[in-house]
Amino acid sequence: MYSDKVMDHFTNPRNVGEIENPDGVGEVGNPRCGDIMKVYIKVEDEIIVDVKFKTFGCGAAIATSSISTELIKGKTVDEALEVTNKSVAEALGGLPPVKMHCSVLAEDAIKNAIKDYRAKNPAKSSI
Amino acid sequence: MEQRIYLDHAATTYTKPEVLEEMLPYFTEMYGNPSSVHSFGRETRKALDLARDRVARAINADSNDIYFTGSGTESDNWAIKGVALANREKGNHIITSSIEHHAVMHTCGKLEREGFAVTYLPVDKYGLVDPELVREAITDKTILISIMTANNEIGTIQPIKEIGIIAQGRNIIFHTDAVQAIGSIPVDVNEMNVDLLSISAHKFYGPKGVGALYMRKGVKAQQMIHGGAQEKNRRAGTENLPAIVGLGKAIELAVTDMPARNTRIQSLRDRLIEGIMSNVDNTLLNGHPTRRLPGNVNFSFEFIEGESLLLSLDIKGIAGSSGSACTSGSLDPSHVLLAIGLPHETAHGSLRLTLGDQNTEEEVDYVLEVLPQVVQRLREMSPLFNQQEGGKTYV
Repeated sequence: MYSDKVMDHFTNPRNVGEIENPDGVGEVGNPRCGDIMKVYIKVEDEIIVDVKFKTFGCGAAIATSSISTELIKGKTVDEALEVTNKSVAEALGGLPPVKMHCSVLAEDAIKNAIKDYRAKNPAKSSI
Repeated sequence: MEQRIYLDHAATTYTKPEVLEEMLPYFTEMYGNPSSVHSFGRETRKALDLARDRVARAINADSNDIYFTGSGTESDNWAIKGVALANREKGNHIITSSIEHHAVMHTCGKLEREGFAVTYLPVDKYGLVDPELVREAITDKTILISIMTANNEIGTIQPIKEIGIIAQGRNIIFHTDAVQAIGSIPVDVNEMNVDLLSISAHKFYGPKGVGALYMRKGVKAQQMIHGGAQEKNRRAGTENLPAIVGLGKAIELAVTDMPARNTRIQSLRDRLIEGIMSNVDNTLLNGHPTRRLPGNVNFSFEFIEGESLLLSLDIKGIAGSSGSACTSGSLDPSHVLLAIGLPHETAHGSLRLTLGDQNTEEEVDYVLEVLPQVVQRLREMSPLFNQQEGGKTYV
């Protein structure tokens, strides 16, 4: 039911872990629903220089977390804000319909991490 | 992936070669309709009768009280809807448990929407129904009690005999879903005091798509499938003869081989439980420690989710199942795990491994080697797992 790309990211997830003293943290989901994603970002001159994640969830939740870290690493904060659940799913070669909510979680986790960064660094805000 | 290890026998089993062998002639050589008068029909009628006798013998019933169906689910539907609709003038109350299979749960739900009242009895932390609660739930409107013999997820074996005595004393029809029990524990409709009992062939090394319903003589139940006069005018449709022959052979084998097979399977089960419980922290064994099916193992691993666990095990060649929401097709984890009191997050991290007659000690040892590694890997990815605290608490 999962694409090879999903299985690749599930089996070898990229950027797993935490960042000490991150510039932004985004957490979405809750354990009741069986999905929690936590994304940590390190930002230098508006560029996301490092990103890590920890996820409690199904195969799709882990794969969407992993690919979304790849999609935003090295990008500017504004570019990262353009990542949508659709682009996450497309980057994975598609997701089964019942798993599309995992890509929504991934988008929300990134957005929340950036929101957290913006809140801590209001002067740098460009939006 | 070199080896594949099948530990999902509660989902379905392979069909035994000797069962298949008995079935095969009924596809190509003996294909007559058992309702036909000619010799082609007579020879398949004989096979139908033999299969019915074999089922009856396996559960100590009268052959006249055995009806073939298309599945365990159909048997449950027929038993519950059939009895409810036929006894409506006597009352509209049904008693069942909160851990029944969906075939019973959703059938009761349908009846509720049609004006019946259903009591879903709670279970204790092991999944046991207290017979006293059954007694207390009975009203003068109660027409049916339906409690499963053994649970498909956690393997808990219910006190059916005691519940049967209570039902009998109050003259209430008693149905039990014995789909997981046949071939795993002794089933005797008289000993258990049951009036209706559901059977499914593919759970005991028979073919899929065939079941049976035991319905004691005198039980009033409406017909569900109308048409021809098959099954004594109570379940229409030309008999699925090859499958029915397979069911008959399979149930005979399942019951004859039971003691030896189950001693072996149970020792593998206990090796698996013992090995995991002593090696993986923050793990719960779901179900009863001793009153459980010989092949059933059900763990909850804290801090991780079941589907990612199943995928990880599948990559290593191990096939199991889980009660997590992601595997159930709904947002909630298994109703059984919630009913025994697990919090949602713990229910999401469940793993069911069900052993069968071909599993070996080597396979169990391989699982004991792989499973702790897989759990550890997923925990290291989980934001709920706090390594600094030794994994003892949620962060």
